[in-house]
Amino acid sequence: MSTARRATLILPLLLTGLLYSVPASAQVDFTGVWNGNTNAEDGPERAAGPSLVEFMGLPINDQARQWGLAYRPGRLSLTEHQCQVHVVHYIHRGPFSARIWEERDPVTHQLIAIHEAIGTYEQERTIWMDGRPHPSPNAAHTWMGFSTGVWNGNMLTITTTHIKQGWYRRENIPSSDESTSIEHWIRNGNVWTHISVTEDANYLTEPLIKSEDFTLNANPNSFNPFWPCEYVDEGERARGEVPHYLPGQNIWMAEYAATHNLPQEATLGGPEQMYPEYRDRLKKLPVAVFVDPNAEPAAPAAPAGRGQGPAAPAGGRGGAPAGGRGAGAGAGGRQ
Amino acid sequence: MMNSQLPTPNSQNGRSLLATACTVVFAVCAVGLTTAQQPAPAAQPQIRTAKQMPFPQKPDWAKLEVETLPVQGKVYLIAGAGGNITVQIGDGGVLLVDTGFEQMSGKVVAAIRKLAPDRTLRTIINTTLADAHTGANAMLIKEGRLNQAGPGLGQRPNEADLIGHAGLLALMTKIGRAKIIVERWPPSTYSGKSKDLYSNDEPVVILHVPNAVTSGDSLVWFRGSDVVATGEIFNQASFPYIDVEHGGTINGVIEGLNMVLEITVPKHNQEGGTMVIPGYGRIGDEHDVLEYRDMVTIIRDRVQAAIDKKMTLAQVKGMKPSPTYEFEPRFNRDPNWTAEMFVETIYRNLSTRK
Repeated sequence: MSTARRATLILPLLLTGLLYSVPASAQVDFTGVWNGNTNAEDGPERAAGPSLVEFMGLPINDQARQWGLAYRPGRLSLTEHQCQVHVVHYIHRGPFSARIWEERDPVTHQLIAIHEAIGTYEQERTIWMDGRPHPSPNAAHTWMGFSTGVWNGNMLTITTTHIKQGWYRRENIPSSDESTSIEHWIRNGNVWTHISVTEDANYLTEPLIKSEDFTLNANPNSFNPFWPCEYVDEGERARGEVPHYLPGQNIWMAEYAATHNLPQEATLGGPEQMYPEYRDRLKKLPVAVFVDPNAEPAAPAAPAGRGQGPAAPAGGRGGAPAGGRGAGAGAGGRQ
Repeated sequence: MMNSQLPTPNSQNGRSLLATACTVVFAVCAVGLTTAQQPAPAAQPQIRTAKQMPFPQKPDWAKLEVETLPVQGKVYLIAGAGGNITVQIGDGGVLLVDTGFEQMSGKVVAAIRKLAPDRTLRTIINTTLADAHTGANAMLIKEGRLNQAGPGLGQRPNEADLIGHAGLLALMTKIGRAKIIVERWPPSTYSGKSKDLYSNDEPVVILHVPNAVTSGDSLVWFRGSDVVATGEIFNQASFPYIDVEHGGTINGVIEGLNMVLEITVPKHNQEGGTMVIPGYGRIGDEHDVLEYRDMVTIIRDRVQAAIDKKMTLAQVKGMKPSPTYEFEPRFNRDPNWTAEMFVETIYRNLSTRK
């Protein structure tokens, strides 16, 4: 067969195939195992976690700020708090890996749902693609919420409601159980870009927008789904005790700011910190001063000849006041 | 002839035609991908998580509707009739926890009939005093029938059994029949810590919560279905109401919330498992109760600290931030029970505590 004849046959076939391969509502396949990047800008949130009173860069209102100032890490040592999960708009910043797969109608092969299993806290969420409505306002909320998705070209846009109370910043800044998360998923080759826009009239003054990149893992069997959590007794507490700081009595308020030579205000978050103009204000504010509550008072001068200087400050955070920062395991190791 | 015009296999024209064909295909591909990447945005419905709202202050009864939701096992929720109504359905009939406002009784009966068309309403349990929970008692007991009339239950065999704590009956008696008709009073009472039933093949435990919202409060725990109906101590739409006039105390409410935390068992990573039906608002689980308990305890501690510092009520009301400050966006929604009223009640309650 001549090249020309082959061409005349191939061209319609290719065009026909093309018509089938580009559906009207273009779709991208996110199937696979994806790993987070712990060295990116969000690294601190993926690993050690934020310090107390580190609310920077969050468009929070004053009530959320007060919630954070009253927060005492020992609260996470309460048995019922120990296994609580990061909510859907926070968990993508954890030590994250996920496996994603599609659920299709066995007859029509149309997409019914996209499933995302998240290694952190053994979570699995379903993103419904079949146009079903969101549940009643009287329905229960979950860590991952209820999600529906639509395609915007090659971008998947997901709306999630019915999310439990959780965090905007781990162990510090609350998200209410009335938040709504809108995610945009974009795939560029082996990189999945995840953008979330969270709205919460209770604690945010404007939407909180975050982005993360994930990398496709070539090994489909690399996903580790296990994150068992069993609470343990962490010290003795009176029945019903809830650790917290009374207003104005957070002894660690200035620690993070002073450690990083920052003004106190800069660590307290707020919508103005979203904009570059805030840098001008930052330069005019005084640096915070922190007095370590564990530091022992300076000892009297040592007798001559004994070779001892003034008493060294207490070592770090380990000896926090009773029920204070150090109280309650689980806080430090939480991811 | 057509064939004579076709290029030979190795001709420049042939390669050219093939290249043109491929170019067209790739061009269409590119256009297709471009189109795929930049289409007109799909319709984006503005779906948002609904705010939990208290019952309307001036309800238009004719327009209000009830909603029925499955909770778990044999237990359902009827919402929108005042306080939440818990419904347990089985071969033995229907058991209700609370009855809602009197004005909504017709719609509640219709909802029960739809849920359980062939079942008889056997038992009603009241969790507390308020009209939103007991208002339709008289109407609904007449819709039911006891399956047997034994000792202590023989007075109204042609009605559903109506159970409440003895403290609740005492309150209704004290308030008097002029304000609460006798048919709303629970003829079947318990006076200890708990009362056990076995309904629809599962244990149902009624637990007294002393001096919580009132002095006659109960929790109802469906042990087989794994559901707890809390009554007013847990309210998704407001701070917990405390009816001091009728024996309510802040510490009783907190104790009740701690009791719920002891009963509930999450299924996996602090989610699901035992489900909780609050007095108002959406279905919850242990974690929802936990955050609520934490909030109420923190507020109580702040007011107590102010009392310990000899602050007056006026000074406590003037505190900046207020004791309820960070919780107000979420829970200060009921004009009949504001954050200020809640704090004042706690202050008076703790100040007079012996």
